[in-house]
Amino acid sequence: MLSVTPDTAIAVPASVIAAGFSPVADESRAINGTVGDITVADPRMTARNVNVYYGDKLAINNVSLDIGKNEVVAMIGPSGCGKSTFLRCLNRMNDTIDICRVEGEIRLDEQDIYDSSLDVVPLRAQVGMVFQKPNPFPKSIYDNVAYGPRIHGLTSSKSELDDIVEESLLKAGLWDEVKDRLDETGTGLSGGQQQRLCIARTIAVAPEVILMDEPCSALDPIATARVEELIDELREQYTIAIVTHSMQQAARVSQRTAYFHLGELVEVGKTDDIFTNPRHRLTEDYITGRFG
Amino acid sequence: MSKQEQIRTMDRVNATLKQRYGRERRFRRFGFFAVLLGLTFVGLMFLSIISKGYSAFQQTRILMDIEFTESIIDPAGEREYAVLSSANYAGLIKQSLRALYPEVKGRKEKRELYAIVSNGAPLVLREKVLADPALIGTRTQLWLPADDDIDMLIKGHIDRTVPESERRIKDNVVAWIEKLEADQKIEKFFNLTFLTGGDSREPELAGIGGAVMGSLYTLIITLLLSFPMGVAAAVYLEEFAPRNRWTDLVEVNINNLAAVPSIVFGLLGLAVFINFFGLPRSAPLVGGMVLTLMTLPTIIIASRAALKAVPPSIREAALGVGASKMQAVFHHVLPLSMPGMLTGTIIGMAQALGETAPLLMIGMVAFIVDIPGGAMDPATVLPVQIFLWADSPERAFMEKTSAAIMVLLGFLIVMNVLAVILRKRFERRW
Ligand SMILES: Nc1ncnc2c1ncn2[C@@H]1O[C@H](COP(=O)(O)OP(=O)(O)OP(=O)(O)O)[C@@H](O)[C@H]1O
Ligand SMILES: [Mg+2]
Repeated sequence: MLSVTPDTAIAVPASVIAAGFSPVADESRAINGTVGDITVADPRMTARNVNVYYGDKLAINNVSLDIGKNEVVAMIGPSGCGKSTFLRCLNRMNDTIDICRVEGEIRLDEQDIYDSSLDVVPLRAQVGMVFQKPNPFPKSIYDNVAYGPRIHGLTSSKSELDDIVEESLLKAGLWDEVKDRLDETGTGLSGGQQQRLCIARTIAVAPEVILMDEPCSALDPIATARVEELIDELREQYTIAIVTHSMQQAARVSQRTAYFHLGELVEVGKTDDIFTNPRHRLTEDYITGRFG
Repeated sequence: MSKQEQIRTMDRVNATLKQRYGRERRFRRFGFFAVLLGLTFVGLMFLSIISKGYSAFQQTRILMDIEFTESIIDPAGEREYAVLSSANYAGLIKQSLRALYPEVKGRKEKRELYAIVSNGAPLVLREKVLADPALIGTRTQLWLPADDDIDMLIKGHIDRTVPESERRIKDNVVAWIEKLEADQKIEKFFNLTFLTGGDSREPELAGIGGAVMGSLYTLIITLLLSFPMGVAAAVYLEEFAPRNRWTDLVEVNINNLAAVPSIVFGLLGLAVFINFFGLPRSAPLVGGMVLTLMTLPTIIIASRAALKAVPPSIREAALGVGASKMQAVFHHVLPLSMPGMLTGTIIGMAQALGETAPLLMIGMVAFIVDIPGGAMDPATVLPVQIFLWADSPERAFMEKTSAAIMVLLGFLIVMNVLAVILRKRFERRW
């Protein structure tokens, strides 16, 4: 089974070989064992040789990836492969986990975000995040959305704040459901509504990069469609990285797709190419549903 | 799975089913009896305390004809405060008693007669006269407190049927009291003195007012010191402090402190606060400081548990929109953990309210008649008062002891109920 074609130009991740898979031969450029081009012409965020450890356990192994301006990058891969971990590195959310250690280099517009002099508060205002599990504050719906603008002092009057709240809820597709009960508590909403509330809360701060960790996993098809529309809209101004378990969703919303496997970035490329013509055996197996 | 195998599984399940349910039944019965036993003992305790103590809320008084004779109170007729306040009011009472029982002659018998009225009765007259000197020269009927032995007799704690030699009250005294009873001149009244008065050597004059105020001042000091310090320490340790060997050491020591016998804190208070810093003995200030040492670990541990119970996703949500750590803690985590912290604090306060041993060490065990007016005045506290009364030989102090325990338990129950209500009220689902 262990048969690496000798004339291949691709360096194969050790674990992949160990797992007994062989890459699909390809002449294109590969960095760090990733098949496909990890770079883009106009990058907003660049990650280079990122390793993430939880204690002694290596969760992300030598991942490099660019996220371009006005681009949606989808991250797919089997459960536990490190998608959330990688995403959380991009706004230093992993700082909150004591045992988590990040190595390598991640830049936002040339600024090294792991530089010791960097302030995470403006970073996180710039790079917003929607978490995998809906986590509204146990406060009113209004206060949930208004929290970010309030702490950053984005508005000078109540009516301005009202506008931001309404606009954010509208964009998240929640406005019609909650416009009459903005002062009810956010935790009283259904799971899907909570997730849309969290999306509204994130976009209320108008971050330039938005990280979304399975934003639609708790949503029905209608709400999912609404969020996908929102992603399309946001792309005109913002940069988006989205983790999803839905291949269809990745295909619908993203321009580039990255496939993670056991902590490694196996393949990345134009979404159309990945889904129609995967070059790595693991990618192919995953998207054709053979495992994952 | 084949049909045959399925049947065999069902057989096995059925075979053990009876045994399993039996085990459950036994466990339930055991738990039920354990609870029942506990409740029985609590019930017995309450029953015994209440049955012994309820009578202390009543006080026997005697209706007396008092003549405010000017020649006894103020022979000079100048109504000077000094004269009025030191006048011989006991003489008025003696005069009234002699008029009531003209047949009493001998010196010894007269002394016995005068003793049926409380030593505190002249003070009642004194206050009346000081408030209204115009009373002098008039005659009024007044209900004056009886002596504690008479009180016990009226309440039935002294048996009139046993032979005279085995009784604290002689036959002639009983006869006088029976005459008063026949004339309806002796009654039981609600005992306000017990709730408002300070301590006294005379049981009929002793009250828990001083001890309650002492407890109140002590608890206020304890709360003011331990709540902010405890919460601040918990927030720092839980949210900000780095996890390393030092914080581990601090954590272990806080848990150790919670287990230190409280008397040790008393000794520490004596050595540091009184001997070193020269703070006054017997003062609620020092008591509160000592109890702070004792309750701090409780509050810190409860507060840390409350902070830990706030799901990390809330912190992440706040940090994710760009809140600083401080903002995440103060806007979200702290409000959510406040009910838990308050519950811990109230329970710590309840412990402090019932604490006796450390306060003995710092002199809050002194006999103090005056009701403290502040945290620097000498005072005692409720549990110490109970300890003092339980130690007194008079029969009448026995019911006072039980009644004081009732009051203390009342406060404790109120505090614990408050803690439960807080917990229920602010219980959150995520
Ligand atoms: N807080 C943590 N502490 C220790 N290990 C963790 C922690 N979070 C994640 N891991 C480990 O890191 C690896 C990657 O986890 P991650 O959450 O990034 O996976 P994922 O790709 O997002 O999976 P899913 O699709 O199920 O969300 C897993 O093996 C997981 O066990
Ligand atoms: Mg995940």
